[in-house]
Amino acid sequence: MSGPPSSPPQNAADALAAIPYARFLGVRPELRGDELTLVLPYRDALIGNPMLPALHGGVVGAFMELTAVAQLALTAGVGGHLPKTIDMSIDYLRSGRPSDVFARARVVKVGRRIANVAVEAWQHARAEPIAALRGHFLMRAAENPTPEES
Amino acid sequence: MPETPPESPADHCEAPSPLFERLKGFAAQMLQAVPHAQALGLEITDIQFAKAFGRAPYREELVGDPETGVIAGGVIITLLDNLGGVAVVAALEEPTSVATLDLRIDYMRPAAAGRGVCAMAHCYHVARSVAFVRAVAYEDNPDDPVAHASGVFMLDAKHDRRRRGDPGGLKKGGRE
Repeated sequence: MSGPPSSPPQNAADALAAIPYARFLGVRPELRGDELTLVLPYRDALIGNPMLPALHGGVVGAFMELTAVAQLALTAGVGGHLPKTIDMSIDYLRSGRPSDVFARARVVKVGRRIANVAVEAWQHARAEPIAALRGHFLMRAAENPTPEES
Repeated sequence: MPETPPESPADHCEAPSPLFERLKGFAAQMLQAVPHAQALGLEITDIQFAKAFGRAPYREELVGDPETGVIAGGVIITLLDNLGGVAVVAALEEPTSVATLDLRIDYMRPAAAGRGVCAMAHCYHVARSVAFVRAVAYEDNPDDPVAHASGVFMLDAKHDRRRRGDPGGLKKGGRE
C-alpha cells in the first residue's frame, strides 16, 4: 500500500521502535519540526553509583549512540538497515543526576559509506551538557555491502 | 635488624595488593550494588591485580539490531565502562570512588548473533588524579575481539590528598 520509506520523521521513530534495547531503556523521540530530541526517562534502574546518586556512564553513552542512529535515520535515511557504529569517543562532563536525560545529534558529514556524528546529552540545562559523543557510523544502504561481507 | 625484611624484586613483579585480593573475594557480588548493571544482568567473573573480567549475558530485549539479532553496542559500552572502573579500583591500595572521564570504543566486528559478550579491563597506569584503562570485549577469545576500548577515570580527590600528604597512609588500608 504505502510504497517507499515513510517520511523522515517517522523513519527516525521507526528506527528507534525497531531496536529492542531502545525499548528496554524506554527511549522516546520528540520532534519539533526537523529537530529531533531523544528522551531517556529516569528510572532507578539507570543508576550506576547509588551513593551520589549518579546515572551509569554506560547508559548515558548508549543513549547518545542511539541518538546518533536516530538522527542518521532522520537526516540521511537508512533504507531499512540501521547504521553500524565504527567507533566513538565519549566525554563525561558532569555526573548524571537521577532525572530525565535529553540528547540531540548533529550529523557533521555523511559520505557514501561513512557518517560522522556529534551528540550532546543534558538534563536541566541545554547549556550544561553532562556528556558528549563523537563517532563514525557505517551507512548500510543496500548497494553498499558491508566490509565483512566482501 | 630491620623490622620488615627488604623487598625482593619478585615482590614488585607480583605486586600483590591487599585491596584487589579483598575485592576478588566478593567479585561475584560486586555489581549487586550497581542498579543498572543489575538491570542488564552484568557479571564480574574475576578480579586480578589492576584487572577485571566480566560478561554481559545475551537477552532478547538487549538486542541492538533486530535484523541481525546482535546484542546492542550500548550494553557493551556499559560492560566496558563498569569493568574499567573496577580495574582501576583493583589497581589501588585503598577503596576510592572513581568516575569515567572519557571512553573511546572501536568496534572491530559485530558480536555473534544470539550471544552475550565477555570483557577484560586492565588499568595500566595510575597517575595522581586519573587512571588509564584499556579494555577488550569478545565472545570466547580476547585475541578475536568484538571491540576495543580505552578510557580515563578520575580518582576521588581524597586519594590525591593521601598520596601527597601521607605516602605511608596508602599502605594502611581500610576506609576512612
